[in-house]
Amino acid sequence: MGKRFAYFVMGFVVWIVLVYTLQYQEVIVGAGVALLTAAIFGRHLPLKPGKLLSPVRWFWLLVYIPVFVYMCLKANIDVALRVLSPGLLIKPGIVKIRTRLKSDIARVFLANSITLTPGTMTVEIKEDVLYIHWIEVGAGDMTAASKAIIGPFEYFLARIFD
Amino acid sequence: MIEVLGWISLCVGVGFTVLGCLGLVRFPDLYNRMQAATKCVTLGTCGIMLGVFLRSGFTSLGVKALLCALFVLITVPVAAHALARGSLIFGVRLWKHTERDEFTDDRGGESIIEVDK
Repeated sequence: MGKRFAYFVMGFVVWIVLVYTLQYQEVIVGAGVALLTAAIFGRHLPLKPGKLLSPVRWFWLLVYIPVFVYMCLKANIDVALRVLSPGLLIKPGIVKIRTRLKSDIARVFLANSITLTPGTMTVEIKEDVLYIHWIEVGAGDMTAASKAIIGPFEYFLARIFD
Repeated sequence: MIEVLGWISLCVGVGFTVLGCLGLVRFPDLYNRMQAATKCVTLGTCGIMLGVFLRSGFTSLGVKALLCALFVLITVPVAAHALARGSLIFGVRLWKHTERDEFTDDRGGESIIEVDK
């Protein structure tokens, strides 16, 4: 029940932002649609509803966004320089790293963050092992690779989702 | 001032989209090209959307642009991951100068790195 209610609230908020008006027709239709989707898909919500109410987690989410934007900008400029360089300075490869995140949703967000950061892309997840296609494979072993790729993300995602 | 910031954001977005397309042409194999394609999204599409938002403010158009950026950020990595994973399992070859392939090593299968050619 809690999951369905959380799903309904999220769906309703997205609807209101999307139509961006508070006319009563829109609100009624939005509530109906949100209710229907919540009834059908609500039980698949991969979160405990209690976690959505914890202010500490929301605080860490707010901290995570600028960290992610900074990492993204850095990596974007790095890859843009590689694209523009005449010699095609890439050393691609697939490396294996291990994460200590426990919940599924945290791992999904970690994989998505890695893929969105230019230069790294998750190609496969098996339990706590991630295979990552990396455009600039360093000489180090697994722990060095883990540190370079997921170090900053993992620290915050553990506080948001686990 | 905000108008100028909006234009700068739009230009940065368009610039990075062009760079992403250039990478798509220049990079050697599917996986590297996918890297270039996802690079387009983060700064490219989001830059354009942010520019639209800055120029139109909290209107119906601006808020929809922000929401658009959010949805693109959620869906694109999933699509890229699915494509790359499918290709790797199906056996699409990696570039011949690939340094390491721990995925194939772990599967114990024959290496799918292209040796000759």
